[in-house]
Amino acid sequence: MNAFSPNWFDIGSIEQIPRRGARVVKTPRRDIAVFRTAGDEIFALENRCPHRGGPLSEGIVHGRKVACPLHNWIIDLENGEATGADRGCARRFPVKVEKGRIYLEMTAAVTP
Amino acid sequence: MALLRHNGKGRKLVVIGNGMAAGRVLEQLFERSPDAYDVTVFGAEPRTNYNRIMLSPVLAGEKTYEEIVIHDEAWYEKHGVTLRKGENVTAIDRDLRTIATAAGHVEAYDKLLIATGSTPIAIPVHGVTLPGVVTFRDLDDVDVMLRAAEKGGCAVVIGGGLLGLEAAAGLKAKGMQVTVIHLMPTLMERQLDPSAGYLLKKSIESRGIEVLTEANTKAILGEDRVTGVLLDDGREISADMVVMAVGIRPNAKLAKEAGLVVERGVKVDDHMRTSDPDVYAVGECVEHRGLCYGLVAPLFEMAKVVAAQLAGERKAAYTGSVTSTKLKVSGIDLFSAGDFSEGDDSDEIVLRDPTRGIYKRIVLRGDRVRGAVLYGETDDGPWLFDLLKKETDVSAMRDTLIFGQSFQGGALLEPLAAAAALPDDAEICGCNGVCKGTIVSAITKNGLTSLDEVRAQTKASASCGQCTTKVEALIASTLGDGYEAAKRKPMCKCIDLTHEEVRGLVVSRHLDSMPAVMQELGWKTSCGCPSCRPALNYYLLCAFPLDYKDDAQSRFINERAHANIQKDGTFSVVPRMWGGLTTPNELRAIADVADRFKIPTVKVTGGQRIDLLGVRKEDLPAVWARLNAAGLVSGHAYAKGLRTVKTCVGKEWCRFGTQDSTGLGVKMERLLCGSWTPAKVKLAVSGCPRNCAEATVKDIGVVCVDSGYDIHIAGAAGLHVRATDLLGHVETEEEALEHVAAVMQLYREEAAYLDRLYKWVEKVGLERVRQVIMEDHEARKALYERFLVSQRAVRKDPWAERAAGFGAKEFTPLAVVAPIEAAVELAVAAE
Repeated sequence: MNAFSPNWFDIGSIEQIPRRGARVVKTPRRDIAVFRTAGDEIFALENRCPHRGGPLSEGIVHGRKVACPLHNWIIDLENGEATGADRGCARRFPVKVEKGRIYLEMTAAVTP
Repeated sequence: MALLRHNGKGRKLVVIGNGMAAGRVLEQLFERSPDAYDVTVFGAEPRTNYNRIMLSPVLAGEKTYEEIVIHDEAWYEKHGVTLRKGENVTAIDRDLRTIATAAGHVEAYDKLLIATGSTPIAIPVHGVTLPGVVTFRDLDDVDVMLRAAEKGGCAVVIGGGLLGLEAAAGLKAKGMQVTVIHLMPTLMERQLDPSAGYLLKKSIESRGIEVLTEANTKAILGEDRVTGVLLDDGREISADMVVMAVGIRPNAKLAKEAGLVVERGVKVDDHMRTSDPDVYAVGECVEHRGLCYGLVAPLFEMAKVVAAQLAGERKAAYTGSVTSTKLKVSGIDLFSAGDFSEGDDSDEIVLRDPTRGIYKRIVLRGDRVRGAVLYGETDDGPWLFDLLKKETDVSAMRDTLIFGQSFQGGALLEPLAAAAALPDDAEICGCNGVCKGTIVSAITKNGLTSLDEVRAQTKASASCGQCTTKVEALIASTLGDGYEAAKRKPMCKCIDLTHEEVRGLVVSRHLDSMPAVMQELGWKTSCGCPSCRPALNYYLLCAFPLDYKDDAQSRFINERAHANIQKDGTFSVVPRMWGGLTTPNELRAIADVADRFKIPTVKVTGGQRIDLLGVRKEDLPAVWARLNAAGLVSGHAYAKGLRTVKTCVGKEWCRFGTQDSTGLGVKMERLLCGSWTPAKVKLAVSGCPRNCAEATVKDIGVVCVDSGYDIHIAGAAGLHVRATDLLGHVETEEEALEHVAAVMQLYREEAAYLDRLYKWVEKVGLERVRQVIMEDHEARKALYERFLVSQRAVRKDPWAERAAGFGAKEFTPLAVVAPIEAAVELAVAAE
């Protein structure tokens, strides 16, 4: 394995996250919110709203978006960008699902 | 036995399985290269290849077996195929390149094709092997079901997917009483979204089939044969027959025993080859690029590639399938294709026609169709499926895509321009026969400026109201900027109705689930937004307190986690102190918890209780468990519900006290706590008009006087400061409790979500509330009764439930990745 090969970590099964919900993966570098949409898509963002650092994992998931629980900024799960008039971006992390298991790319997840 | 290779016309192809996939491979092979192989087919069923997807019409009596045969005996003869019906292959010897059957027959091959299909999944519960439990997979199953159905009685179908519903409809058509048990909240959840699933449930039910969703089978009951099904919530459904239709599993046993690579199914590459280059596999037994298929279209696509490979076309490759689904139950039009799993306002198009039971949703990604769900009108299914498969750029027709293929070509104007472009004699209101010209001249001549005025003068949109938007567009286009759209405030961007209208319709039309509300009221999104979902969840909870299942994911985090989120993501915990009373024991428990969990701040709140601030989410259940042990329960300081009942010490201590205000406050808090309300509710009871408990700035305040109790409502002391209005006077404590609970219930039933009590009173008028609560004794008593019923559902301490493990996933991380001894290696400590 070299520095560029992906480092996929099995972080759990998709069933462990409620539909239209999220859970947190704690890594040495940061907390990552892993979202599951109504249609079983999985997204991973840093668990910090670009506005005031609110924990996005606690927000209401709707469509492919999440509403930050602190001040209701709406963040796009696909790219981490704030939507509407708000500007800012939550960092996005590579995540994939295979046979019902969720894999997070750990090299990116622990990179500063 | 002597094994002859290369006898006759060529090499030997042995096919294990005689289903639709195998049949299609042979058809295609004979077209390409009729003489390439000597073919022997082993089929477990004692018959030739038939159209398995037509089993439902056979069950329903709409078709006969003869009508669904694909290849008859003559076909096998014509192509020189040796068909061995009813012979099970039990082993493959890849070294010798032979197969063996249960009867001891051994056959040699040069190329082997595994087409063993799939087997039905039997859920692992007690009683699953009882006579009377059947699967729905082949013609023998259908025969068993048909024979059972002749005797009538009850059938339970476990599984509300494609197969289960087709079985249910067939058995119902045969005169049985049928119940479908489905584990998930909506039917066919893999192929449909909740809105379409709701419509499907409705039409299945309208055929007299009972549908139980979120129902988990615990056991199948019966001694000698099946008599019923027991659900894990304790319900028992009697049954003379149970159809197991929870799904299928690739039948890969033979391949696995032969040492081929098998995961979920027999692994094949893009050339449909297994891990042995002489062995191909096709159909439902196959796993290709991690996917297994159970629909016929992908099987045929695979078959084409297998045939080409066998014919020597080495480049032929299968790259996976996009699938579409149609339910084969006559009278139900349903289509789904591709990935419609998610979407929101920016990349989905939704059309609902509640009166005709139509729901259409197209999910776009960029300028491509990615998925579609159609219910009630599916003519455009194949067209959309084609756009999807070909990845056609649809940007030019995006706005009209939802209206279907026949609409393409005509441009759609935006409503205002469309209204302006209409000729004067165009009929706007069909009910009252009003033309555009009539409306426009009424507006200009009489200086009308509002919808109500136009309705009053012209009768346009005054009957059924369906043309309201058109009339509004006409007013707007006539008046230009002079027209201020109606003052009514829609609930959110998902729906044009107001909160009050939605609430009213939920009750009057008995819409008892979120998909039901969204479909019947014409939601413009497929699954709502953060403003309508919590509101709907509340309205449903309030309207159907004993039956509606709370949707935690539609609640704001505070109500989901039963604690208040703070700016740093930690939570605050406020236990109840009934009427502001506490004890040394309770205080000790609070102190111990604060020490043990290193809670940084302990503060007395404005509502006479204690707030523990800065609790980590993971610690919440343990904190609650310790508080519970001392008798402390949730104070609902996080809820749109009853917060506190503030009291003064009353006549027990105070020299001015007229009544036991503390005692009444405690009783009131115990009566009302746990109830969900449109917004938070704060109460107070003062022992005399000096009003030390500040009852006259609360949502509901009681001020004790010598002669009894003055009940005040609609105060506020937050963003808004407002003194209460006196609602009325009662003489006894019991009356005071009943009146206050009745006010709560009226507010619960009528107010818009997030409207504080004073706001609701402003809207409906104090007089009306006074009339219902103080004068209409029957109405008040009925409200009180309804309040008590609704309280039955919330009489558990949410903290105790969670301390005991309920919803544990809410409070624990999914995974913790920590470095091992500061090395670069990482380990996953999953929960």
